[in-house]
Amino acid sequence: MQLSSVELKLLRRFRKIYTIIAFLVSLAMAAVLLLTVFNLPAFGKAGNPAENEVIGRYIGKGLEETGAVNIVAAVILDYRAFDTLGETLVLFSALVAVIMLLKDEPGVFTRRYRERSQFEPEKDQIFRSVAALLIPCLLVFSIYIIVNGHLSAGGGFAGGAILGATFILYNIAYGIEKARRFLNEKSFLRFITAALLFYCIAKGYSFFTGGNHLPSVIPLGLPGSIFSGGLILPLNITVGIVVACVVYGAFCLFNRGGL
Amino acid sequence: MALAHNIPFISIMITILAAVTSLLADKNRAARLCIGALTVVAFLSAILFAYLWQTGTSFTFSMGHFPAPWGNELQAGLFEALMALTFTVVMILSLVAGRERVVADIAPSRQGMYYLLCSLLTCSLLALIYTNDIFTAYVFVEINTLAACGIVAAKDTGETITATIRYLVMSLLGSGLILIAVSLLYAITGHLLMNDLLSSMTELAASGDYAMPCMVIMLFLAIGLAIKSALFPFHTWLPSAHGSATAASSAILSGIVLKGYIILLLKIFYRVFGLSFARDLRVADLLFVFGLLGMIMGSVFAVREKNLKHMLAYSSVAQVGYIFMGIGLSTDIGMVAACFHILAHAITKPLLFLAADGLMDVSGHSKNIFNMQGAARRNILAGIAFTIGALSMIGIPMFSGFVSKFYFVQGSFQNPDKMLVTLIVLALSTVLNAMYYLPVLVTLYLSNDEQSPHRHRQSANSRNYQSVMIIFILLNFILGMFYEPVIKALEQGLLMLGGAH
Repeated sequence: MQLSSVELKLLRRFRKIYTIIAFLVSLAMAAVLLLTVFNLPAFGKAGNPAENEVIGRYIGKGLEETGAVNIVAAVILDYRAFDTLGETLVLFSALVAVIMLLKDEPGVFTRRYRERSQFEPEKDQIFRSVAALLIPCLLVFSIYIIVNGHLSAGGGFAGGAILGATFILYNIAYGIEKARRFLNEKSFLRFITAALLFYCIAKGYSFFTGGNHLPSVIPLGLPGSIFSGGLILPLNITVGIVVACVVYGAFCLFNRGGL
Repeated sequence: MALAHNIPFISIMITILAAVTSLLADKNRAARLCIGALTVVAFLSAILFAYLWQTGTSFTFSMGHFPAPWGNELQAGLFEALMALTFTVVMILSLVAGRERVVADIAPSRQGMYYLLCSLLTCSLLALIYTNDIFTAYVFVEINTLAACGIVAAKDTGETITATIRYLVMSLLGSGLILIAVSLLYAITGHLLMNDLLSSMTELAASGDYAMPCMVIMLFLAIGLAIKSALFPFHTWLPSAHGSATAASSAILSGIVLKGYIILLLKIFYRVFGLSFARDLRVADLLFVFGLLGMIMGSVFAVREKNLKHMLAYSSVAQVGYIFMGIGLSTDIGMVAACFHILAHAITKPLLFLAADGLMDVSGHSKNIFNMQGAARRNILAGIAFTIGALSMIGIPMFSGFVSKFYFVQGSFQNPDKMLVTLIVLALSTVLNAMYYLPVLVTLYLSNDEQSPHRHRQSANSRNYQSVMIIFILLNFILGMFYEPVIKALEQGLLMLGGAH
């Protein structure tokens, strides 16, 4: 569409005015938010409204009731596990939308991959050697973070992100054919479905028994040992799988349009 | 504890399971899975509604072994059950009637994902309806946003992609405002559960502490949700998103997704701030003004529009304006009228979008009104359906739209300050509605244009499409003629929402 010179001039003027208005609105918004923050209770002060019976029970009884040493894990995967199911579904829906929009037909994908493969860094020897050193360490580290989520800082979200990043590194360094040996489209979809189904069924059981005041048969275990905290350990693993799959899947789809 | 108390939890879980398993299913199985799961949920919601109607109580259901402020909690009363029932029924009907259009519009490899996102969308709407926790509401608002953008983008044309980007940016702006408000709310009260928030906010209102943060929170929540439900002047994303998507998506987005956020806003009014505090903060007046502006401006935009689907989308802007105007009236009847209009619009706008699709079908898929001359003679059922939808939106007696207007007028009588302006704008808006629906109806029923290449085209809609049209028409009649029980259910439901058990 061709614009006449008058229209172009108007458009330019509009853009100028738009920038000024946007700047003013942002400034006003910042001022309002700053003013509000100054009117809030001081962060971390004793006797704040946030210091109430909710926090009291989490800190005082969390270990006894959930068996998890890490109180954050106890809150997100036991006390408020429904919210975390929602968070996991947010990631899932984002991944589904990305797959739907970006996945090429298999033929298109293979052709484009062949055309571009000479520019891939997998031919780079230095990069490959460093990756060979890093990947085993990263794998161990991410698994450590995931399975110790109920004992120390970390958990499924943090560990899953590292695990996903490790897969991405492997994919860049060794190429998609090798990456496909352990994570192709089919196994990828199966992993994520199995993880989410497990979360729904395990937590569905606990929601159902809890909501109907029935006893739950899941043992809490000895706090501090690796098999403790009831469902928190398996849930951390499922969340880790979902997060790793979403990170890796989003990378592959944005990078090449296929897994 | 009755077994019916499990229904909200089971409904949400069924839709999640349907969504997760359809990732591995092929496209036809995913469609069956989604529609099957929704049918089960609709039945369960009907049982829940009947149960609550008989007992006249509301109940809470704790999600897990820890009671509510520590764990999550669901809450269901007549209002929630009625909304869940309506939303699932409209969802099923739209998906069934839009099935052929989905097959034609969306690439085969994407259809499975489309139905997956529809299941997720229903799951998030149900969670928004039933949740008793403001943070859970925020999480499911996010799912709702992503799934809604996904079902617009599924039809892969340049127009839908631009529309989706605009929708996503505006929607995320709304989400951001809601998140800021939720965290501020937590900072000044230390609670996320709605019951506890209500008692804290009542104390704050009495003592006058944190007056400025309270104002900012209410404003951010109201503006964030207004952006997402396309209240004028935040409606700019709506016409392109609803106008360009496939017919089933347009029906779902206009009919129910916009309303999910309005229901959350109602819950915030009733269960977080309390009605009197919300009125003191004057946010209701703000919503009232923008609702009135939306009623007029939405219709003015629609009058200028020549693209039928865009016209219907602008009409949604006007109807959302009606709902916000009802909320802003700050009277009991006004609230009931707003809730009734949520239902009336939820069964009328999908009817209009789906009927418009049937009419475009026999006019060479042109969306331009001038190319649709005589379309209602070629596709008789879609023509009748469109006529009834249009008459209902204008507010002709016997149809659902009339009842809500009737109650809006009654609601305005309770508030003398706002009565005159409400009545004037209602009258003006009705005239404007007629100004854009009547010319379309005349064009549709004109004799066939001899020059038109489509003059001999016959409708080829499936039996499913035809039965859905008939069901929607009947629903419209039923809601328009036998509205007393619905009004009564809404009145009781709103009382329960306000805390009377």
